[in-house]
Amino acid sequence: MFVGIFILLGAFLSLVAAFGLIRLPDVYTRNHAASKSATLGVMLTLLGTLIYFYFIENHFNSRLLLGIAFIFMTSPVAGHLISRAAYNSGVKLWGKSVVDDLGRDRKKMNHRQS
Amino acid sequence: MKTNDLILQTVSKVILFLIVLFSLYMFFAGHYHPGGGFVGGLMTSGAIVLMLLAYDIKTVTTILPVDYKKMIAVGLLFAAGTAAGGLLFGVPFLTHAFTYVDLPLLGKTSLHTAVLFDTGVYLVVIGVTMTIIQTIGESE
Repeated sequence: MFVGIFILLGAFLSLVAAFGLIRLPDVYTRNHAASKSATLGVMLTLLGTLIYFYFIENHFNSRLLLGIAFIFMTSPVAGHLISRAAYNSGVKLWGKSVVDDLGRDRKKMNHRQS
Repeated sequence: MKTNDLILQTVSKVILFLIVLFSLYMFFAGHYHPGGGFVGGLMTSGAIVLMLLAYDIKTVTTILPVDYKKMIAVGLLFAAGTAAGGLLFGVPFLTHAFTYVDLPLLGKTSLHTAVLFDTGVYLVVIGVTMTIIQTIGESE
């Protein structure tokens, strides 16, 4: 019962992430969709698998727990690094975005240095 | 412009222990489960490559002052020595043996000479991977 809920929810969230990748306008919003909902989707799927093997097969698989912790720690950092690399190599924001705090701070720093 | 890699460095510090632990698990589980010297060695060298990505090559060589070419040689010696060890007991080359030993902490443990052979594979895989990556990374 719980197993099915967890795995279906995980698959649904991965699907949402895929739709987000197709529909959203620029790199940063797409990265937001991919790193957030795909992470939670994979974590829920792994949790469902862990519960299945623990309660139905009577086998506690600690590697799945390790995998959940690993995904939880690394995937947001990967998202952060990708979008920072995109910003540093000059990828434009979406045309309708209004606030660019990082760009403003960078400009201030350049003024102070020159 | 000087970049700030604080997030990457902190996370890789934590993740490093997970990866090394899992690679050691893979190495020791090789007899009864999927795993073994090859994947274990690849994963350990993956952990070192993560350190190389987060820090620079000078820091990593200070932390791990290992000559990887010597590591390859030691691994090959392990493998050849284990294989030749059978000759001392009058059995063919590469014959392995195992015993059950009562260790104080682990209880009844089966010790197999194939683990020594696997240690050789492990060391050679780490040595080869790190030699390739470091020589490519150092060349301008």
